Amino acid sequence: MSSQWNVYESFQALLQAGPYHLALEGVLVMCIIWLFTAKKQPSKLIRLTKKEEEELIAEWMPEPLVPNPPKEDHPALHTRTIYGKPGRYLDLGTGEKLLNLGTHSYLNLGERPEVEEAALECLHKYGVGSCGPRGFYGTTEVHLKLEDRLAVFFNCEKAVLYSYGFSTSASAIPAYSKSGDVIYADEMVNFALQRGLQASRSRIVYFRHNDVEHLRELLEEQSRLDKKDPKKANATRKFMVVESIYINTGMMCPLPELVKLRQKYKLRLFIDESVTFGTLGPNCRGITDHYNIPMKEVDMIMANLESSAASSGGFCVGTEFVIEHQRLSGLGYCFSASLPPMLAAASIKVLDILESEGCELVVVLQDKCRQIQEVLSKLSSKLEVSGEDISPVKHLRLRESTGDREADENILRKIVEKAESHGLALTLASYLWEKEASPPLPSIRITVNKDLTTEEIQKVGEAIQKAVMEVME
Amino acid sequence: MVAHTELPAQVPHEKILNNKHFERCNNEKTPVNSAGGTKGKVHHQNGTTISTQNGYASPGYENSNVPNKKKIHQKEEECSIFVAFFTFLSYGVLLLVGHIKEFFSRATTKEKNREGYVPLYIGFESFYTRNVYRRIQDCWNRTICSVPGAEIDLMERYTPDYGWTMKLTGKIIKCINAGSYNYLGFAENKGPCHDAAEHTTKEVGITTSSPRMELGTLEIHRELEQLVIEFLGVEDAITFGMGFATNVLNLPSLLDPSCLVLSDEFNHASLILGLRLSGATVKVFRHNNSEDLEKKLREALICGHPRTHRPWKKAIIVVEGIYSMEGSICDLPNFVRIKKKYKTYLYVDEAHSIGALGPNGGGVVDYYGVDPKEVDIQMGTFTKSFGAAGGYIAGSKDLINHLRVTSHAQIYASSMSPPVAQQIITSMSIIMGKKGSGEGERRLNQLARNTKYFRRRVKYMGFIVYGNEDSPVVPVILYLPAVTA
Repeated sequence: MSSQWNVYESFQALLQAGPYHLALEGVLVMCIIWLFTAKKQPSKLIRLTKKEEEELIAEWMPEPLVPNPPKEDHPALHTRTIYGKPGRYLDLGTGEKLLNLGTHSYLNLGERPEVEEAALECLHKYGVGSCGPRGFYGTTEVHLKLEDRLAVFFNCEKAVLYSYGFSTSASAIPAYSKSGDVIYADEMVNFALQRGLQASRSRIVYFRHNDVEHLRELLEEQSRLDKKDPKKANATRKFMVVESIYINTGMMCPLPELVKLRQKYKLRLFIDESVTFGTLGPNCRGITDHYNIPMKEVDMIMANLESSAASSGGFCVGTEFVIEHQRLSGLGYCFSASLPPMLAAASIKVLDILESEGCELVVVLQDKCRQIQEVLSKLSSKLEVSGEDISPVKHLRLRESTGDREADENILRKIVEKAESHGLALTLASYLWEKEASPPLPSIRITVNKDLTTEEIQKVGEAIQKAVMEVME
Repeated sequence: MVAHTELPAQVPHEKILNNKHFERCNNEKTPVNSAGGTKGKVHHQNGTTISTQNGYASPGYENSNVPNKKKIHQKEEECSIFVAFFTFLSYGVLLLVGHIKEFFSRATTKEKNREGYVPLYIGFESFYTRNVYRRIQDCWNRTICSVPGAEIDLMERYTPDYGWTMKLTGKIIKCINAGSYNYLGFAENKGPCHDAAEHTTKEVGITTSSPRMELGTLEIHRELEQLVIEFLGVEDAITFGMGFATNVLNLPSLLDPSCLVLSDEFNHASLILGLRLSGATVKVFRHNNSEDLEKKLREALICGHPRTHRPWKKAIIVVEGIYSMEGSICDLPNFVRIKKKYKTYLYVDEAHSIGALGPNGGGVVDYYGVDPKEVDIQMGTFTKSFGAAGGYIAGSKDLINHLRVTSHAQIYASSMSPPVAQQIITSMSIIMGKKGSGEGERRLNQLARNTKYFRRRVKYMGFIVYGNEDSPVVPVILYLPAVTA
């Protein structure tokens, strides 16, 4: 179409251009030359002399690595040691065995011989450690089998296995939520979830504990802002993070209302089921089973295997679309060694037990939870119990606080010590007060064990009553 | 590394060692006794000799004109321009094909039941996964069905749909294991470690279900911590259930936003995440480059906090012992010198080097003969050389007491599983020589020999190998994605 311009014709065109055109071009060329040759502005940075630099460095005095080391009598430096095998009864070296109400072994499956057998069988085949992350020959058949079984147990497509319970929540959330996204979280979520929220760099909006109305208000406000700026809204993902039973309070989340909010405001729902794995629901499938909500309403369920599953590690279950992403983006999955195979084998056996006897175990456990709740609520007027009837985790708090958190903790600690002499092993719920988003009140965390007998439950009530009287009256 | 190729005809062992292009390695390991070891001589290729302690050359600052046997600042060998061109071309073609494919049909993976939602994955990360990683993903996540020892049983996989899913065929391939982090071979299913772990499982169970602060401390944890103190020669130590979590959960309790951190370029993801969660100001220096470190440290100390210009409360240098992707060993003597000069603290992550370096298996601190008290915070993991799981931090009593009170893992995370702790105790006792009558020393010597031989042989075969000569982590660079798959 266009014939080639040759140099002669270009020159002709230049001469034929009007003078104004040429003048404008000339001015532009001068501007470009000036930009390249003009002297730079002198830098505003003050340059120090070598002597001044050396002086500054010599003067700088760092504080010690640990500026305020804890005193020698700090209670954390004198934690109780457990001798022998922890189980329904604990040997704390005081002479007699104490009834265990402090460790998270709700179903007591760690004491079952078949679980131990399964772990030993795997030890004979694989040894202890897996010596590699999942990507580099740390994936054994056992891991794959456990992931498949977990997916089937929860009626989901896929599951991903982590080697530490804390890392599960802390790695799963930042894999999906990045800076620019919004996460609505209950203010009482556990510390591992809080670290995950912090690691994600998203905007975190806490709503009052179990207060669906407050959440609805916050979501309504956000949707008003979204209507004003739809382009930004279309690029912002929204998530909701809750726990099925909160380990810090023992209360259950109102899942049906949360699902309705999720559907209306287009959020993605992540639930942490560490406490309710195997302990809730008619088929012991957790909170979705309890409320009879189909799994497609929930985006991801996270849980750790360190409580009911008598093992170590954690997992996430969900659809393939959601879960497979963590195989490359979950930091605790990619950059860490895989779970020791013998612990995974123990979890597989636990799943076998839950699938065959789970329904009965849950009924028995919930009955015991109700009994303990009754006994604890009839206790001295100085203490109040918080937690659902059927929750295996309950908190005992001082009805009237002294006003000072440390003083409250000391009173509760003394109660725990006195209870030891009456045959109970209790524990003070430990928190990192400065780092918690909304620090809970000091409390004694009581965990219910499925194998408690009625006499033992009575004994619990009496022992705590005596301990309280000795300390507070 | 491709699992089961046949090695070409063996080059005689002596021919490699006598080849004048390679340094002669004359440090046959004689039994190490606690009374100071033997002194030998190492001959350099330029004809000088320097004396050694326990078979390793000391850093040699006293005779600085003698070239240091321990090469630290080696410039990595570069590939030919031909290879570089084709590597870039391969990636370019893959990305182009990916763009074209996605232009015509939207991403084939679709989310169900979530119409109208903001897409969960936006951006280059998922594009890369779908179009580049998917094609070569058979290299990773391979399944094994035996103990990860010297030989390993791999389960064969195939993909019916070009990499979207991988399925097992059921066939098992026996391979030589050059992929697991089993440096000293303690991942075994027979022998003292296995027996001790079995005994512990029966006596103590497999879980504690409680954090250390509450009811999760067993006798075995206390025993383990005592042993770690003895092994490393420190004042106190604390252990955790996971190595990754050790960094992520403890750096925030040591650092706060008024601290300065100088972190190596190639630090591990756990260190980076831990530093990010702590809120400290992080400055990155070039890999293993003490001049760059000094320059950046001086600048940062002089200018103070970038916004408020207040002086820093404290400064920490964070490095690793052996870098797992580069195979390089950190330049510890220089870092210690800088640390002392500028009054900063030093954090060394010995995940890969503990048990694998040094005449006594004490890691990079032992390798260079540095006093353990010079390194303020020594961190390591038990996953690699000890064949277990978990991590530790060792240092002064004040430091460890502080961690016992404020560490996130002590308060919220379950304690280490008892059989895992027992495995560490047994393997550490064997390395220290307390058990096994010389077995630990034999393993350490064998590892050092195997490392040297393997590295030389691979270089002789013409591969480009990164990292320090003594490092058991050997990155063999393949360049082209098609070659890796």
